[in-house]
Amino acid sequence: MTDTLVEMRDIRIEGRADETWMPIIKGVDLTLKKGEVLGLIGESGAGKSTLGLAAMGFCRDGVRIAGGSVSFDGIDLLAASAEQKRRLLGKRIAYVAQSAAASFNPAHKLIDQHVEAPVQHGVMARAESEQDGIELYRKLRLPNPDEIGFRYPHQVSGGQLQRAMTAMAMACRPDLIIFDEPTTALDVTTQIEVLASIRQIVEEFDTAAIYITHDLAVVAQMADRIKVLLRGDEVEEADTREMLSHPKQDYTKSLWAVREFQRPPKPPVAEDATPVVSVQGVTAAYGKIDVLHNVSFDIHEGRTVAVVGESGSGKSTTARVITGLLPPRMGGIELDGEALPPDYRQRSKDQLRQVQMIYQMADTALNPRKTVGEIVGRPVEFYMGLRGRKKRDRVAQLLDQIELPAGEFIDRLPSEMSGGQKQRIGIARALAAEPKFIICDEVTSALDQLVAEGILKLLARLQDELKLSYMFITHDLATVRSIADEVVVMKDGEVVEQGPKLDMFRPPHHAYTDLLLSSVPEMDPDWLTNLLAERGVDNLGDAAVDKMG
Amino acid sequence: MSVWLTLLIALAAIAAGGWALRFAGQKLTGNKPVFRDMPYAVAFGYVLGAAVLVFAVWYFFQPTMTEQGTPVAGVMFFRWAVQAFIGFAVAAYLFRLLGRHVGTAGSRKMFRQMPLTASFGILVILIYAFLAVFAGVLAPYGQAEVFQQVNALPGGNAATGGNPDHLLGTDQIGRDLLSRLIYGAQNTVGIAFATTCLAFFLGGSLGFLAATLQGWFDQVLSRAVDVLMAIPSLIFALLLMTIASAWAGSEKWLLTVYMVIIIAVIDSTRVFRLARAVGMNIVVMDYIEAAKLRGEGLRYLIFREILPNATAPLLAEFGLRFCFVFLTIASLSFLGVGIQPPLADWGTMVRDLAQFINFAAFSPLTAALPLMAAGAIALLTVAVNFVVDWMLYRSSGLKE
Repeated sequence: MTDTLVEMRDIRIEGRADETWMPIIKGVDLTLKKGEVLGLIGESGAGKSTLGLAAMGFCRDGVRIAGGSVSFDGIDLLAASAEQKRRLLGKRIAYVAQSAAASFNPAHKLIDQHVEAPVQHGVMARAESEQDGIELYRKLRLPNPDEIGFRYPHQVSGGQLQRAMTAMAMACRPDLIIFDEPTTALDVTTQIEVLASIRQIVEEFDTAAIYITHDLAVVAQMADRIKVLLRGDEVEEADTREMLSHPKQDYTKSLWAVREFQRPPKPPVAEDATPVVSVQGVTAAYGKIDVLHNVSFDIHEGRTVAVVGESGSGKSTTARVITGLLPPRMGGIELDGEALPPDYRQRSKDQLRQVQMIYQMADTALNPRKTVGEIVGRPVEFYMGLRGRKKRDRVAQLLDQIELPAGEFIDRLPSEMSGGQKQRIGIARALAAEPKFIICDEVTSALDQLVAEGILKLLARLQDELKLSYMFITHDLATVRSIADEVVVMKDGEVVEQGPKLDMFRPPHHAYTDLLLSSVPEMDPDWLTNLLAERGVDNLGDAAVDKMG
Repeated sequence: MSVWLTLLIALAAIAAGGWALRFAGQKLTGNKPVFRDMPYAVAFGYVLGAAVLVFAVWYFFQPTMTEQGTPVAGVMFFRWAVQAFIGFAVAAYLFRLLGRHVGTAGSRKMFRQMPLTASFGILVILIYAFLAVFAGVLAPYGQAEVFQQVNALPGGNAATGGNPDHLLGTDQIGRDLLSRLIYGAQNTVGIAFATTCLAFFLGGSLGFLAATLQGWFDQVLSRAVDVLMAIPSLIFALLLMTIASAWAGSEKWLLTVYMVIIIAVIDSTRVFRLARAVGMNIVVMDYIEAAKLRGEGLRYLIFREILPNATAPLLAEFGLRFCFVFLTIASLSFLGVGIQPPLADWGTMVRDLAQFINFAAFSPLTAALPLMAAGAIALLTVAVNFVVDWMLYRSSGLKE
């Protein structure tokens, strides 16, 4: 008996598009030994999820395995009957999806869903499996392991749900688990807990795993070996340390280099300069509950203020107050030293024009039924009164500014563009109003690293050319490092710390800033181990956050 | 008893056949995945389908007359149905073929991707539209003209009770049915279409308005709609029509206008609900927020941002609603408050001739009298739904 668990040879996968089969994976080999963790990285569309699923002998609708072979522990998965596969999946091969919230059935309690696979496969009786589930919850350091299983999915937090999902995958003690971006949707502080739990449990049960992600720093912590994919082809594969220290291919090197983009610091703002936007003592509430408490900060001409914090910290609410969507209960907003009406409906056309917004999800920010020309042309027509020929010329000029060829893109629909291109259109729409101030709400968090870097560089260039001011809402500290001039750290609706970027990244920090900073994964493969040792394993996670509050 | 026994034996045979099919398939193809992973139910389904097909062919070729000379109604109706089905399928196929080679590049591309059902639907709708528009030219007689022979049967063959002057026969007071069917296309379809459009304009714009404004405006409208929906629609329409007929007095055309408005208002409540629900999902999108923050007015928000994204569900509802409106008009006409005689209306025709369906077993041709108008209604309903289905498929396909 060999120690090879999964063996994929020259696997080719095709997807159906416009009545022809287009290749998605173009002949990739993959070998996984027992108890080994393989990291699969690549941009979206690189085929990493497809390849991960193929390791289970499975492919999504509209996708087919066109050639090659997949064997799992000596069983040929492509030739196996549906019945044979049914016996393997869930029992010996498990899958953890990106969104735990979407993968749990909201109508059943966690433990009921946990015991399903073991009981179905006849591995354990129900009572025994329930006990085992509680044991796993304890191992994964979920709070109240004895009771948490009897809650419904909506009653636990996202990070806890992701750990419960991992526990569920572990229920039958499988030989192989496929993790498909399990921490992408989580905050950095929560991500640490999930990463630590996954790593611990995989080691403890000696489970082999395929870990799919686009975040290099994450994969560096988890994987023994890394395989880099690009458009369905393997770029290179090596041991984690080897790969991190000596990437061979240009593409891999460029991935590594992304994190190094940084803007030169700007000279300090003159003491008496009027800020473009000034947030003054804002307290705002949804219904009767205050979600912002006395928030104040200034944004000066040509500067970028990054607002950082976990989800729920009030970053986006601050943006809603500035745009006038949520009139504050106390305090107010000044634009160029003049008070803005609290409600956007009372603001003049010119005041509305000055404050523009770029959204996180370009998919929902662009009307899917309108062409680029219409989307970008509308503010041009609305604010500047340009029509016909002049409007089209201005749109072309704007597209030029965001580095998209106008002739090719002006008649496209959002569905005919990639994520990065859509985000650029969002930027063009904001620019079309010729504003002074743009709010960027997590504009890069839904994008791949290389694409995100392109967007950040574009924003930086536009700032220099047009003297724009940005408020940059983000939870990603790497982004902050690369683009911000000043940083505002928020927690529970309050500003905990603010100041120039360089000061923020230099100790001493506020305790919460410290937690945020130290939770950002680094490329060093020992980072997580060291961090856990430093924090003390038992002190990790919720306990650490509670202490801060 | 013996019928049941036959059925039971047939069922057992099919069950065995299903098993045999799967087994043979596995053996002959060397365990190809198609047969290997085929559930028994699927194999059973294949054999059942084949058995039904064989039975249908056998039944089609049964004689239509018994030896005594009485017609076998079942076989005759079945033949008509199959002939119509094949006829329409061929027509739809030819129509699609024509569309693929004639017209602009865009329309040719559209026809290339079109399923047969959709081309059937479009063909039928085009025919109806043509009949409706040119009814005055196409109909051999006037819709109110009365002739000598009453209750002439369809077919135009004097030997079987027909009249060569009236190809589809005449009704109880001697009006030419072919002419009335053609004029019916104009009256019934035209009025139903106008009513549905009005209902969609009312319900759609108010629904989107409620979704966009929310707050008390939404509350007032939604509760008002709840109240309207709580009253059974046909009875409500009848009540209002009775009042309206008093207002209209002797002006018959005015009553038709009132009917259009009344049915449109009642049906717009359903449209309102749908438009509001769909609109609610759209107004939370960021692009609506962006438009609001730009300072756009309500009209722009509703007609330029929301409406283009709500067309798919609204179109589907339009197809259904059109059929309901159509039937409501027919019901009202039967009750005497709808489209007023002597105007031809399919609903009224079905009702007037309904008792002839009782003769189906002895004289299929007699039973065909009410079936022609009913068939006209059914055909249009099916056609509209086919087209709507296809449009839905297309618009949802574009989204992803």
